[in-house]
Amino acid sequence: MTPEKLIELPRHLLSIGDLNHNQALLILDTAEELARISDAPIKKLPTLRGRTIVNLFFEDSTRTRISFEAAAKRLSADVINFSAKGSSVSKGESLKDTALTLQAMGADAVVLRHPESGAANRLAGWTNGVVINAGDGTHEHPTQALLDAFTIRRHLGSVGSDLEGKHIAIVGDVLHSRVARSNVLLLNLLGAKITLVAPPTLIPVGVESWPVNISYNIDEVLPEVDAVMMLRVQSERMKNSFFPSTREYSRLFGLNLDRMNLLPKGALILHPGPMNRGLEISAECADSVQSVILEQVANGVSVRMAVLYLLLGGNIGVGA
Amino acid sequence: MSTYLIKDVELVNGEKVDIGIVDGFISELSKKTVNTYANLLDGSGCVALPGLVDLHTHLREPGREDAETVLTGTRAAARGGYTAVFAMANTDPVADTAGVVEQVVRLGKEAGWCEVFAVGAVTKDLAGETLAELGAMAHSAAQVRVFSDDGKCVSDSQMMRRALEYVRQFDGVIAQHAQDPKLTVNAQMNEGVVSAKLGLSGWPAVAEEAVIARDVLLASHVKSRLHICHVSTAGSVDIIRWAKSRGIDVTAEVTPHHLLLSDELVESYDPKFKVNPPLRSNEDIAALRIGLADGTIDIVATDHAPHPAEDKECEWAGAANGMIGLETALSVVQKTMVDTGLLNWSQVADRMSITPAKIGRATGQGIELAIGAPANITIYDPNKSRVVVAEEQISKSKNTPFTGITLPGEVRHVFYKGKPTMISTKMVTR
Ligand SMILES: [Zn+2]
Repeated sequence: MTPEKLIELPRHLLSIGDLNHNQALLILDTAEELARISDAPIKKLPTLRGRTIVNLFFEDSTRTRISFEAAAKRLSADVINFSAKGSSVSKGESLKDTALTLQAMGADAVVLRHPESGAANRLAGWTNGVVINAGDGTHEHPTQALLDAFTIRRHLGSVGSDLEGKHIAIVGDVLHSRVARSNVLLLNLLGAKITLVAPPTLIPVGVESWPVNISYNIDEVLPEVDAVMMLRVQSERMKNSFFPSTREYSRLFGLNLDRMNLLPKGALILHPGPMNRGLEISAECADSVQSVILEQVANGVSVRMAVLYLLLGGNIGVGA
Repeated sequence: MSTYLIKDVELVNGEKVDIGIVDGFISELSKKTVNTYANLLDGSGCVALPGLVDLHTHLREPGREDAETVLTGTRAAARGGYTAVFAMANTDPVADTAGVVEQVVRLGKEAGWCEVFAVGAVTKDLAGETLAELGAMAHSAAQVRVFSDDGKCVSDSQMMRRALEYVRQFDGVIAQHAQDPKLTVNAQMNEGVVSAKLGLSGWPAVAEEAVIARDVLLASHVKSRLHICHVSTAGSVDIIRWAKSRGIDVTAEVTPHHLLLSDELVESYDPKFKVNPPLRSNEDIAALRIGLADGTIDIVATDHAPHPAEDKECEWAGAANGMIGLETALSVVQKTMVDTGLLNWSQVADRMSITPAKIGRATGQGIELAIGAPANITIYDPNKSRVVVAEEQISKSKNTPFTGITLPGEVRHVFYKGKPTMISTKMVTR
């Protein structure tokens, strides 16, 4: 990275919609640099020494919290884990109170996971610190999309490039998926072609404004894609008549061995986790050579390091 | 008895007059009045409207006096140019007995800022299971004529049919909050392009339209009066237009916020834009304006819904539905309907005073200004403008969605039964 390429990121990371093409690429490229350093024997960078990052989790997600925690620690930041589980709706003003408390404690950044859409946007209005959305309801999960794109690019592209011309299928419960919303925005920003595959009940009304194709037939889509991203399907959805049974869902939309054989050679299989093995993805597919699911987890740390570093550290030239 | 003369004011027909007020009635409407009045008020540049009548106000008392009281709500009404409001029944306890409706009306009389008519609940405790004491409320001192479970829909078809039929004996009307409950479980905002983007669960237009379609058919079948609260979609306007063309006795209201604000504002996730029914699309807004202009929608009603700050200072899903609107309604109507050429002032008087009074059977209200008519008068200066500031609202709650928006017009003087409630843009002190 050269100084003249210095690109400013927005103050907070609430939505992929806050980023432009250059900013998204900067995050991915910075993550590559940081991943290279992380592979070195000394994994810690002094970049964020003396800065305080709060992981504020209103919803259980050990994997996301650990990933952010590892990222922050590798940048030498102080990390405070603050979990406030329970129904946010019954808690009323607690999000605001918590924000003011964290502010008083001098948090430089708050990583927020919350069961309600828009919680990160609200928090950003109440605090001076940087807010990073680590998943808000069914709205967005920007760092997940960034790590997905990072993983796809590692296999199908190269540093400095985007995903122009790549075709990615996103399969499953798009309606309730913050991962899907962030991925649609980011993959589109990076020039990829996107096909959503799901039963019509799990595709939102209003999807016509999204830059995607829609298919109800996974078998027709798989032979044409460079990567397929399977979304977690909660079996409770069945009770609300989104589909008749988990067995039927699995039969019509699940990724199994037969379907995996429809994929072109070298096509990737992604899943944001945690997986329902046997529902949206079979064990053979999850553990196959085409699966990059474990890489996604590892890459998550690099991408989150890049986000923290760029939002908090400013213009410390990576690779300089 | 004080007497007043409002000088140089324009009537809705454009005629310039002085309005004299003596003993609670209009004593003259003429030019070059010989001044025999104790008090002179400047009406120049203003239009004179019959005092506004709001068919849909949440005064919150009894039960939620932290949000609004009859006193504070009627004072806000007076400031907005209203001389009568209909207090919705979803209080705590619910206004489902003669005792509660009489209490609300009595509190209104004691407050003295405008006339308060009580709306009675359709079903006990708004639960939708058994009819409330409709006859007792109708025959009480409160003389209830409008019945509504507002906040909830009378969703059971048979219950709605019975209610429509039953209130016919005392010339009552059922005001329906049209919302299919099953289609709107946990609904957070208008279902469409914006909800898809924001990941907020959708409140589809069809949940309103399906109930309206059923209810106009029921009203037709039992030949009763039906009123539709806060119509919010283009499809609803079409259904009501169709029903009226068939001679069905249906009336409808639209709120100021649905005439001006769209669901794109929800992108801020600021719950000041959270309301039920939700803000809709720009196409819906256009259809609502046309519907109000052509008479398909009969009236503007505020759905003034006060909430204390803590009920809005949280994440979207946890926030209460509702917006205050009494103090800004006339200005929003000017902006959306008059300044756009869709309504003239005579039609504004019809939509905001005369017809709401008629629907609610509000005797003594909504009467065109004429010698001998009760002096319920709103003197409004359409040439002024202001930026709305939440903290400047005198309603006990400050949850206006219009903060920061420039609205035209200013209420200058208001007379309620011949007594001023507002003089020269200042609330009268008592
Ligand atoms: Zn309502």
